Amino acid sequence: MAVARRNFDAVVVGAGGAGLRASLQLAEAGLSVAVLSKVFPTRSHTVAAQGGIGAALGNMGEDSWLWHMYDTVKGSDWLGDQDAIEFMVREAPKLVYELEHFGMPFDRNENGTVYQRPFGGHSQNFGERPVQRSCCAADRTGHAMLHTLYQRNVRARTQFFVEWMALDLVRDAKGEVLGVTALEMETGEVMVLHARATLFATGGAGRIFSSTTNAFICTGDGLGMAARVGIPLEDMEFWQFHPTGVAGAGVLITEGVRGEGGYLLNKGGERFMERYAPNLKDLASRDVVSRAMATEIKEGRGAGPHGDYLLLKLDHLGPEVIDKRLPGIREIAKKFADVDPVKDPIPVVPTVHYMMGGIPTNYRGEVVVPQGGDPEAVVPRFYAAGECACASVHGANRLGTNSLTDLLVFGKAAAESMIKFLQENPGHKDLPKDAAERTQARLARLDGQKNGESVAEVGMEIRRTMQAHCGVFRFPDMLAKGVKKIREIADRATRTQVKDKSRVFNTARVEALELDNLIEAARASMVSAEARRESRGAHDRADHHSRDDANWLKHTLWYKDGDRLEYKPVHMKPLTARSIEPKVRTY
Amino acid sequence: MNMTNVEMNRLRWSCRRGLLENELVLERFLHAHAASLEGERLAAFRTLLDYSDDELWSLVSGRRECGDPALGEVVELLRNC
Repeated sequence: MAVARRNFDAVVVGAGGAGLRASLQLAEAGLSVAVLSKVFPTRSHTVAAQGGIGAALGNMGEDSWLWHMYDTVKGSDWLGDQDAIEFMVREAPKLVYELEHFGMPFDRNENGTVYQRPFGGHSQNFGERPVQRSCCAADRTGHAMLHTLYQRNVRARTQFFVEWMALDLVRDAKGEVLGVTALEMETGEVMVLHARATLFATGGAGRIFSSTTNAFICTGDGLGMAARVGIPLEDMEFWQFHPTGVAGAGVLITEGVRGEGGYLLNKGGERFMERYAPNLKDLASRDVVSRAMATEIKEGRGAGPHGDYLLLKLDHLGPEVIDKRLPGIREIAKKFADVDPVKDPIPVVPTVHYMMGGIPTNYRGEVVVPQGGDPEAVVPRFYAAGECACASVHGANRLGTNSLTDLLVFGKAAAESMIKFLQENPGHKDLPKDAAERTQARLARLDGQKNGESVAEVGMEIRRTMQAHCGVFRFPDMLAKGVKKIREIADRATRTQVKDKSRVFNTARVEALELDNLIEAARASMVSAEARRESRGAHDRADHHSRDDANWLKHTLWYKDGDRLEYKPVHMKPLTARSIEPKVRTY
Repeated sequence: MNMTNVEMNRLRWSCRRGLLENELVLERFLHAHAASLEGERLAAFRTLLDYSDDELWSLVSGRRECGDPALGEVVELLRNC
């Protein structure tokens, strides 16, 4: 069947912070740019970012990109690539000033400069004392940034394809990327968007976990599309967790609750943190509390019908203290846990909120894969930026505020690389005849499936399995079983069925297509985590408590084909600075 | 008149937001009130869906009061979801 086709200089998939920063650069360079987004651009998940943008402006006291670099490398537990990190922290101040000139409503100091807020993990003079480095717009920095960038894009005449879902990458016989196939939800029709260069800015895949702070759209679409055409996914075992998200909902309960005297109970009503941290108890650090919670659940002391959460008790504080010192908590608990914490404990569980891994890129935003002895050969015409990409600046754990920095810096860097490439390589390459074949086969399979699997049930199984087997604290037996289970679920995912076969705005069909992406992200995470026999950053194993630089100072690459794993070296050499040598990570 | 399947799907998709808190509330709202969504109530709901995530959550969580009397009923229903 013939598939309609449109030509663009550049196609950008995703309209969050990275996609919009990139498309702005491309459109202002006079290129024809199509930006595809499943939802209206200002409803992208970037709006949820509250912390701010990390950049060493030095507005609140002395600061240096070298110190920001040190904090980022240390935060990454030395798995971050030091050339990419140097690039990001040196570019960051310029990108913040650009955003200021675009009209971003930053908070200000009395002297008119951008105010910078303190944030954990940021220091002066290589860890000596805290520094204020986070540029923010109250608690809605992501929201303000997204709206600012969207307005700028409208001005630059970027073409938006809203409520379009990219389905598959188009690669020719040489492996060059020539655009994407995409579904227009309104009509249900598939189109080939033929591009001279393609950028993925599709965000994270937090929806593979049952407890996640991520919005419903975060289904790892870029990861699935890349994996299906043989591009590996890097460092997918590294997921950042917060100890207390409302079980089943994912909405965060601030750490202030424990600070004010709230504490955790298991199903027997035992204050279990007394066993794990006799002195600090519930005020121990995030990883200690999360690990204790995971152990309680693993050993059968979790509460609830599935024994998969713990209870956060604060009724003993009394309604006055709760209302006065913890505003909003009662509302969130009532709304999302259906309990009034004045009377009953809140069910909580360690909750995923950021994916450190993704599509492997260099610091120029070019997608790179091992080829002919080169661990990082460029995939021509293919770029990635933001949470879906692994540059890698976050390594094994992301430093707070660096996610927005990442979006801005690498969104722009990828666009600059695309502009340069397009100047040197005029004209479109011919599309292969089978450009839409993979997509048409997927849709035909879905439309024709009989006696198939329910999309909702398979999705639930993915989330439950990831949460139980690949959570914040990882046990070797659970990981091994998890690999087996996720492969079984992957097999079921090839037989999903939707009852509604209609074309126009068929959301059931869209959700089935999203599931094809979720399962790849889940398999990559589980298999990579099972194989990495050390603890580093956010990957915490019960059988290997320490970081093992002799054997594991390397990036994981997972290939969909046979769940194959390869590894590649970490870039320890920055662009110009001195290398920051690994040492024990203490705060 | 009740909405067609397609109209309902469009409305459901508009409830996909950048902020999880809003999505969870909107999902429950549709579960509870989809059948009675018509006329002024539907128009009010659509207006609220055009709000930014930040504005919507401020209203739903009670951090801000709704200045528009035409939206008051639906805001109240959302707060109770």
